[in-house]
Amino acid sequence: MIRIEHLQKKFGNSEVLKDINFKVEKNDVVVIIGPSGSGKSTLLRCVAKLENATSGDIFFNDTKMTEEDHKLCELKGKLGMVFQHFNLFPNLTVLQNVTLAPILVKKIDKKEAGKDAKYLLDLVGLKEKADAYPHSLSGGQKQRVAIARSLAMHPQLMLFDEPTSALDPEMVGEVLQVMKKLANEGMTMIIVTHEMGFARQVSDRVLFMDGGHIVEENTPDELFDHPVHQRTQDFLAKVLV
Amino acid sequence: MTSFNFQLVIDYLPYFFKGIIYTIGFSIASIVLGTVLGLLIALGKMLPNKLLAAPFKGYVGLFRGTPLLVQILVINFGVVPLILGKSNSIVAGILALSLNSSAYIAEIFRSGIQAVSEGQGEAAATLGLTPNQTMLHIILPQAVKIILPPLGNEFISLIKDSSLASVISAPEVTYWAQAMNAQYYRVWEPYLTSGLIYLILTLSISSILHSVERRLSVND
Ligand SMILES: Nc1ncnc2c1ncn2[C@@H]1O[C@H](COP(=O)(O)OP(=O)(O)O)[C@@H](O)[C@H]1O
Ligand SMILES: [Mg+2]
Repeated sequence: MIRIEHLQKKFGNSEVLKDINFKVEKNDVVVIIGPSGSGKSTLLRCVAKLENATSGDIFFNDTKMTEEDHKLCELKGKLGMVFQHFNLFPNLTVLQNVTLAPILVKKIDKKEAGKDAKYLLDLVGLKEKADAYPHSLSGGQKQRVAIARSLAMHPQLMLFDEPTSALDPEMVGEVLQVMKKLANEGMTMIIVTHEMGFARQVSDRVLFMDGGHIVEENTPDELFDHPVHQRTQDFLAKVLV
Repeated sequence: MTSFNFQLVIDYLPYFFKGIIYTIGFSIASIVLGTVLGLLIALGKMLPNKLLAAPFKGYVGLFRGTPLLVQILVINFGVVPLILGKSNSIVAGILALSLNSSAYIAEIFRSGIQAVSEGQGEAAATLGLTPNQTMLHIILPQAVKIILPPLGNEFISLIKDSSLASVISAPEVTYWAQAMNAQYYRVWEPYLTSGLIYLILTLSISSILHSVERRLSVND
């Protein structure tokens, strides 16, 4: 589904991603963990084309993603992204948040889009909030709407950048539950998270990043129980107190 | 100062009313044109290509860096005759006020647009919206709420600044005050009356704006 080869990203002189290589197959759930500043967000943002890589290639379904616009348009909607701070559109209702892209980008008829949106809002448990504005929702509800909004484009791959890090602890569960549901339905996902228990439960593979490198990559059980690298061991010792 | 002659003011009131129509007309025409132009200039100034953005930056610098009075004179005696073949104080007044206010309004738009968080644009981009769709459906509707108060202030400034059009004999309030002064050799009656008219206009506009703002903020 997605293949990353020798990806490098520099901001000015600082090299934030160094020779990143990995693959995500269809139906895979890949979790990325690592200390803050290790380049996890930058990696996701390169995949989502919010940042342009300095060098290296990203292949999406074996097609090389370039900076050219028509390729970008081809990509659009095939790849959903969920942000730490939700980024819901405050000027639109929940329903409009979800239907906007299908109507504008896919030119789907408004009624049809509304029907699909209702189904998706039901999926994330927020059917009754369709006509509410984002400001009236809790953080957990906002993030679930954001997930529904991404799903409305029926993406082939979903990217999550610390989707629960901005939430109050009691709301983390409801968002993780929706993500679990997606994983069980076979959605291909790359998830950056600090929720280690969740990572272990849903992921097929875990990548540990540090200093712009992928230091270690393994199945969750292996990586959490038998980390090979010293840096992985140190990191896990800190977060799994 | 001899005593204030109310009868003179009452006699002259029809001219002041005519002036008020022009003052309001100048201000409304200029805020509308200035807003449309200001939005385009703001978008131009924010073009990622520095070379393409440069003329828009130059425009804002020019109109904010020179006195409005000078702009009015140049446009009335230079630009408008060049285009129309003769000077026309009404066209020149509206043109000068619109161009001048558009430079200020462009800055209002730019700061309003930039105040909408970057995450909004990124969310829209990952959903596949084009930059134009994002601007139209996401950024501008949010920017409008931020922009409205300073835009209201700009309108109030325009009402006051339109008095400068009297130097090119545009028949707005100040022009008639000067005419009254010349006719009766009186100072207090014409100028205090014109001042009072401006005060009433600006106070009523600002109270209208306040109630609009209050209504708009309900959804926050
Ligand atoms: N737009 C940017 N400009 C400059 N430096 C950046 C930018 N975005 C991220 N960085 C830097 O890149 C490094 C990795 O950041 P990030 O990918 O956000 O890490 P993580 O998500 O793992 O915490 C950090 O040192 C950060 O300061
Ligand atoms: Mg991050």
